[in-house]
Amino acid sequence: MDTHTDEHALNKGNLAVKVDDLTVAYNYKPVLWDIDLEIPEGVLMAIVGPNGAGKSTLIKAILGILKPIAGSVSIYGKPYHKQRSLVAYVPQKGSVDWDFPTTALDVVMMGTYGSLGWIKRPGVNEKKAALEALEKVGMLAFKSRQISQLSGGQQQRIFLARALVQEASIYFMDEPFQGVDATTEIAIINILKELRKAGKTVVVVHHDLQTVPEYFDWVTFLNVKKIATGPVMDIYNDDNLTKTYGINYKVSVQK
Amino acid sequence: MNLQEYFSLVFSDYTLRTITLGTAILGAVTGMLGSFAVLRKQSLLGDAISHAALPGIALAFLITGAKDSNTLLIGALVSGLLGTFWIRGIINKTHLKSDTALGLILSLFFGFGMLLLTFIQKQPNANQAGLDKYLFGQAATLVESDVWLMAIITGICVVVMFLFWKEFKLLLFDADYTKTLGFNTKFIDILITTFIVLAIVLGLQTVGVVLMSAMLLAPAAAARQWTNNLSTMVVLAAVFGAFSGVFGTAISASQDNLSTGPVIVLVASVFVIFSFIFSPSRGLLFRQIRFISNRRDLELQKTLSFMYHIAETHDDISHPHTIKILNNFQGFTRKTLQKLVDKNYVTIDGTMWYLTEEGFETAANLYNQNIKKHE
Repeated sequence: MDTHTDEHALNKGNLAVKVDDLTVAYNYKPVLWDIDLEIPEGVLMAIVGPNGAGKSTLIKAILGILKPIAGSVSIYGKPYHKQRSLVAYVPQKGSVDWDFPTTALDVVMMGTYGSLGWIKRPGVNEKKAALEALEKVGMLAFKSRQISQLSGGQQQRIFLARALVQEASIYFMDEPFQGVDATTEIAIINILKELRKAGKTVVVVHHDLQTVPEYFDWVTFLNVKKIATGPVMDIYNDDNLTKTYGINYKVSVQK
Repeated sequence: MNLQEYFSLVFSDYTLRTITLGTAILGAVTGMLGSFAVLRKQSLLGDAISHAALPGIALAFLITGAKDSNTLLIGALVSGLLGTFWIRGIINKTHLKSDTALGLILSLFFGFGMLLLTFIQKQPNANQAGLDKYLFGQAATLVESDVWLMAIITGICVVVMFLFWKEFKLLLFDADYTKTLGFNTKFIDILITTFIVLAIVLGLQTVGVVLMSAMLLAPAAAARQWTNNLSTMVVLAAVFGAFSGVFGTAISASQDNLSTGPVIVLVASVFVIFSFIFSPSRGLLFRQIRFISNRRDLELQKTLSFMYHIAETHDDISHPHTIKILNNFQGFTRKTLQKLVDKNYVTIDGTMWYLTEEGFETAANLYNQNIKKHE
């Protein structure tokens, strides 16, 4: 385990995200029930849970993409809609049509649109920022590629670069490791660790239970209700995994 | 009148000029907006809106008794917008998929519109004769004020598109992300949809309810084949649309009894077919050619590597072998052998062959090269 956990998350005590009583339902059945969640600043947190546990929904509700039935979200103590510029989002790769007529650079530039606001066009500075982000994710050589001609892993990196351009304090990522090869996975996790080093908070919907202790220092177990949340070394155990997934789990956790 | 006469008259003759300008502007504006509809996967929205406009036209006539086209178009606009928002409502509030919602609203409104039209036709005093032109369109009824209206709305549309370009692009590509950046997606969405409805309503008189959606889709679908850049696509779609309008009008004016709307749609479809076949990057023709040539290359490489494995077993690579032993190798033909000779990879001596130095080197590195190409 890294020692960063203690330095950044535990001692500072700043709350990056606070979720109170959040309940979301698509129709009649709640997808998320009464979630209270506190995410300290500077952690690299995984949200784990079975399919349909509401992991993506939780992120979308925090970001205001979905309207909750009840509950509130605050970012550094203020309502989310006042703190938007502090938050960046990496959606699931499959949520967009990659045959859209645009280039990799253009997609990354979209990350600057929020700070530009209505009508104003991106200029030299925005382009420079986008190129830097492309370089960070190792995609500079592909800047003029039409996005459908990129591999799945490359598309994921483009999405990551788009979020990096926003220079946010908190990053929400929906399954960034889905369908990417080992090389891309390592590249992405290195970027996430760099973000944490810079004091950013990163929240990741994650599916691979084996890599949780290796990649993350904070974890939230979710299955419609919040099962547990806290440091990986303290709470990532068979007991919580069993509670979340409903079957007996034997995962050896390095302590 | 033949085509030549048409083009010599188009600048001087009032009627021809009006109709040509009208259909060109209409084609341009529907082409531009159609790009947005196609990219949002709402190709059928145009069809639903145009059919939904029909009861509006009939009701506007029943209420005002006027045949003035502007009054009727306001009716079309209102019921077109109503239909659109019902479609939205159905998609948001029920489990129905968007195609179901579109189909439902389309047939419901169109059915109601047809009912009203037959009712109007039965009225003894009604000067109803003009109403069915909205079914299939009648470009000949365009007058200068109609064209002005089209031009003004197209102008506003271009300005709005220019101002909100960034927001439109963002919403088209990734609506959820647009929300997280703090943009009001509902506003952008309503803006786009309203302009699509406006463009469709403008075209009803010319092209008609039934064929209107083709004006929206065909130029955009054709334009998508030629470019991977959104702005180029929108401009190209506008150009294709405008040309369809002009050529369609020209063809229909130069022949007797060819109604303009369907001819415009047919011309636009020719653009689509041409683009689908001949576009260099996405077209069927070049894709097939690339496919065949890739296959040939691979066949050649496989033959060469087969020969390499035979040559490998001897110390001397120029040790001759008989051509016969290649015969049981699948993919081998005289042609491939000849090609290998042309490339100077193989030398043939009577019925014997041997690899050249170059051929041996190439064959030895074939697999590595393939890997490099893919990276």
